[in-house]
Amino acid sequence: MLLLTCPYCGVSAEETEFHGGGEAHLKRHADGSSDDAFTAYLFERKNPKGIVFERWRHVYGCGKWFHAARCAVTLEVFGTYSAQTLKPPKSIITSIKAKRPDWEEIS
Amino acid sequence: MSFRLPNAGCLIDRSNPVSFTFNGKPVQGYKGDTLASALMAADQRMLGRSFKYHRPRGLVASGGEEPNALMNMGEGARFEPNQRATTTEVFDGLTARSQNHWPSLNFDIGALNNRLARFFPAGFYYKTFMKPQWAWKHLFEPIIRNSAGLGQVPTERDVDRYEYFYAYTDILIIGGGVAGLEAALESGRSGAKVLLLEQSPHFGGRFMVDDIEVDGRDGPAHIAHLLAEIAKLPNVTLRARTQGAGVFDHGYALGYERLTDHAPAATPRHRLWRIRAKRIITATGALERTLNFAGNDIPGVMLASAVRDYIRLYGVTSGARTVVVTNNDDAYRTALTLYAAGLEVPAIIDARPNGGGEMSDQARALGIRIETGHGVAKVIGKKHVTAVEVCLQSGTGGAVESIACDCVAISGGFSPVVHLWSHCGGKLNWDEENAMFSPDPSRPPTDQNGEGFVLAAGTASGALGTNACISTAVTAAHQAADEVGRSIKEEAAPRLTQTPDETPMAPIWTMPAQAPYKLRSKTWLDFQNDVKVSDVQLAAREGYESVEHTKRYTTLGMATDQGKLSNINGLAVLAGALDAEIPQVGTTTFRPPYTPISLGSIAGEASGPLFKPTRKTAIDGWHKSHGAIFEPVADWRRAYAYIQAGETTQDAITREILATRGAVGLFDASTLGKIIVKGPDAGKFLDLLYTNMMSTLKPGKCRYGLMCNENGFLMDDGVVARLDEDTFLCHTTTGGSDRIHAHMEEWLQTEWWDLEVFTANLTEQFTQIVVAGPNARKVLEALGGTDVSREALPFMGFIDGKLAGIQARIFRISFSGELSYEIAVPASQGLLLWNLLLQAGADFGIAPYGTEALHVMRGEKGFVVVGDESDGTVTPHDLGMSWAVSKKKEDFIGKRGMQRSFLMAAGRKQLVGLRTLSDTEKLPESAHAVEGGKAIGHVTSTYFSPTLGHPIAMALINGGQSRMGEVLDFPVGSKVHKARVVDLVFYDKEGAQQDV
Repeated sequence: MLLLTCPYCGVSAEETEFHGGGEAHLKRHADGSSDDAFTAYLFERKNPKGIVFERWRHVYGCGKWFHAARCAVTLEVFGTYSAQTLKPPKSIITSIKAKRPDWEEIS
Repeated sequence: MSFRLPNAGCLIDRSNPVSFTFNGKPVQGYKGDTLASALMAADQRMLGRSFKYHRPRGLVASGGEEPNALMNMGEGARFEPNQRATTTEVFDGLTARSQNHWPSLNFDIGALNNRLARFFPAGFYYKTFMKPQWAWKHLFEPIIRNSAGLGQVPTERDVDRYEYFYAYTDILIIGGGVAGLEAALESGRSGAKVLLLEQSPHFGGRFMVDDIEVDGRDGPAHIAHLLAEIAKLPNVTLRARTQGAGVFDHGYALGYERLTDHAPAATPRHRLWRIRAKRIITATGALERTLNFAGNDIPGVMLASAVRDYIRLYGVTSGARTVVVTNNDDAYRTALTLYAAGLEVPAIIDARPNGGGEMSDQARALGIRIETGHGVAKVIGKKHVTAVEVCLQSGTGGAVESIACDCVAISGGFSPVVHLWSHCGGKLNWDEENAMFSPDPSRPPTDQNGEGFVLAAGTASGALGTNACISTAVTAAHQAADEVGRSIKEEAAPRLTQTPDETPMAPIWTMPAQAPYKLRSKTWLDFQNDVKVSDVQLAAREGYESVEHTKRYTTLGMATDQGKLSNINGLAVLAGALDAEIPQVGTTTFRPPYTPISLGSIAGEASGPLFKPTRKTAIDGWHKSHGAIFEPVADWRRAYAYIQAGETTQDAITREILATRGAVGLFDASTLGKIIVKGPDAGKFLDLLYTNMMSTLKPGKCRYGLMCNENGFLMDDGVVARLDEDTFLCHTTTGGSDRIHAHMEEWLQTEWWDLEVFTANLTEQFTQIVVAGPNARKVLEALGGTDVSREALPFMGFIDGKLAGIQARIFRISFSGELSYEIAVPASQGLLLWNLLLQAGADFGIAPYGTEALHVMRGEKGFVVVGDESDGTVTPHDLGMSWAVSKKKEDFIGKRGMQRSFLMAAGRKQLVGLRTLSDTEKLPESAHAVEGGKAIGHVTSTYFSPTLGHPIAMALINGGQSRMGEVLDFPVGSKVHKARVVDLVFYDKEGAQQDV
């Protein structure tokens, strides 16, 4: 059971206080998008064996959605940050690179 | 025979006898005995039958690793199967029964399987029960289910209580042997908060049994010293009878405390400790392995360490004449212990060509015969051991000599208990010298900071000798204390230990080395699941190269003991058969819990009425006292119908509908979700959420809306009221209130965070009461306070005002098709308004109606219910609600999804009405329409309509809209129901009734 820190209210809490919401930074495809782009948006996920960017909601707390960067293999958490961003902030990338110099962000 | 020794037994209190029953027969033991030791003292050597072949089985071990001695324990509401005799403490009144035999333990019909063993090789299920296909369901499965099992299934509800306990600690130590206690004392001196869990009732582990000297003290005295020192540290907590059951992410661990299993009391029976620790030290010791020779499962063949445990801890012996068989020095301790207890040791059979070290010299000096380079060809005996046939270890099992004995103490070396290290991803190394897997400290499980959070200590770390055992514990304690920010300033003086020199063990995986099939097919690896050396070799021959596949094919290690004794032996045999190295074959995955824990402890307090709270409306008490029967809707309970004296449920529903259609009905709609959406962009936001346009709604007006998910499938519906320019009130379904609020927040926070909108879920703040029927207006006018005329409050409008002095919001919306008002008042006023409406309506024939009457009336009107007519694969178009899907809006959730070709294709299921050809025969719920042998759709709702006097139904049918007038078949069982496809709206299609 993971420990995560909500970047909005600052509370560090057990996983049971949060609710996972799958991959972060998906680009929404709506009216006018191609079938392929729309299908990819709905169903295709990166699911890397390694560092993942995830959506979480502090559902039994402040109710806010946020993002977490963590390693799905070692369970290391590199940080949590606002959900209101299109890509991980520099500070998160820096803290990942500091520990995993070879890591490359999957586009 | 097995019996109690005149003295010895440091855990039992001979002045305190205890009586219990085994298979109905009274047995005496002492306080401190386990059920296993007390039965051993009573010369009860056979304790059960094996799973597959029903072979006689006795004790093998002395702890939680015991595979055989499983009992049906207790009676009635406290009955529990598969309880280990070795971990059950006896108390007055305990009842235990042996398992897996019929009619009795001594004479078991199922033992016939043993005779037929060569017809039941590994995987015989998969090979035997393939054909004919019908036979699986009707012949094989019933027989297998009947004969499978071990313990019996409890038939009564558990009367015991269980609870959770939350603990936060710097350092959690699992295991209360010498390593755990040394680590607790050392880390405790740093001031860190330390919690130590020990699964058995006493501390000390092997130090209570083995002749070890530390700092001039013997084993038990050293343990007493450690406990006394730890007692001085208020920051260290010790907990006995508490198993460290599992290690999980980020330092989370489960402890399983058994509070009353040894002494029935009114307190909770088990307590599940939910622990967060910054560091975890696993000091879980090691388990002895069995040796693989023919007949090694016959009662009387036991682990050498267990033989020693029973003598030293409980003063009982498994036999009077014990042959010791070993591949290492530790078993010599057992020979010396037996000798010291005045028991005969006719021989020590040591498979190593050159025998053992210092202890072997001691044994020889005492006159004990030692045969090196020898092994056991087979054990003689049926229900217990009578002799062993000794052979050359290097040969094929030609017996050199038969030695009479009633006990065989075996030792195949030790395996560190690496389970808790491995639960959360700790990796293992293969230790060639000791032929065992041990934790690799460079690859520990990691926490949120990427740092290892589990440290192995003592024999659990692979340090088998006493010196190494203690020093690894001290090292682990220092490291853990450092890492939690509490360094230990004073170095404790190293312990001085006195232990005999030992000669390395020799890996012996089959005995004798060239054992032929005849012997291998009687050589047990897994005692509980009856897996033999020949089974694993067969699996290898049949291509099961992966250890995980072999496990599942043979069931090796799949029983309730999870292969604690058998796994390494099984791996070694598999590696041998595949001609591979053991580390290449690898281990199966270690999963929590370490030994089975009760389901009650996992449930904790969450059982019975506490399992899930029921949501009740403000009027619930009135419903209950007026004959309501309830139905669960989401977490709510709602009045289904109000039964009057002499009525059946159907009578009541019919009466309620006719009263509403003919006069006026009263309905508690408080459970509907009520979400306020407010802000300058509220209209824009709702245009994105709903399929139809909401921003054009005028203040004071209501509009019915649909919500879809991104796939374009319907997820909720409800009436939206615009309270003012910036404020909307969104009604949701009863089940949708929390979900839809969360849905709104998700989109607002994660996609359209630029919109200036707030949402608030006010579902429980308001009571909402429906007054519906031709007399509805008269009832409201009788209450007075607000003009509710057609002119002042037209259909699909709402008004804020007072009714009988209560501040109310009155909506003109209708789900019944009648003239209908929905009145929302603060929840605190809900019951008052309900009673006032009943009083005022008395002269107008008012009657409360329940959810079933509501459903029938909406069915008559052809209104859909989300979750009945839709199931997560249905679009608004499928439901004939294209009118509610905007063509003007650029975007809304589900717009693009609905445009996908297969959702636009012809032939999709469409919602239609059904009229049965018979006026008395209602279509069964969910019946399938069948055409040309293929299912073409299904019934979504089916009722008898009292208004119309015949049954009605709705169904999703392939291309339904183009089938109007067709008669469809609905075969159910042997009967075929016939119904005509008709328009969805059965009653008042023009809507004249509701718009008056």
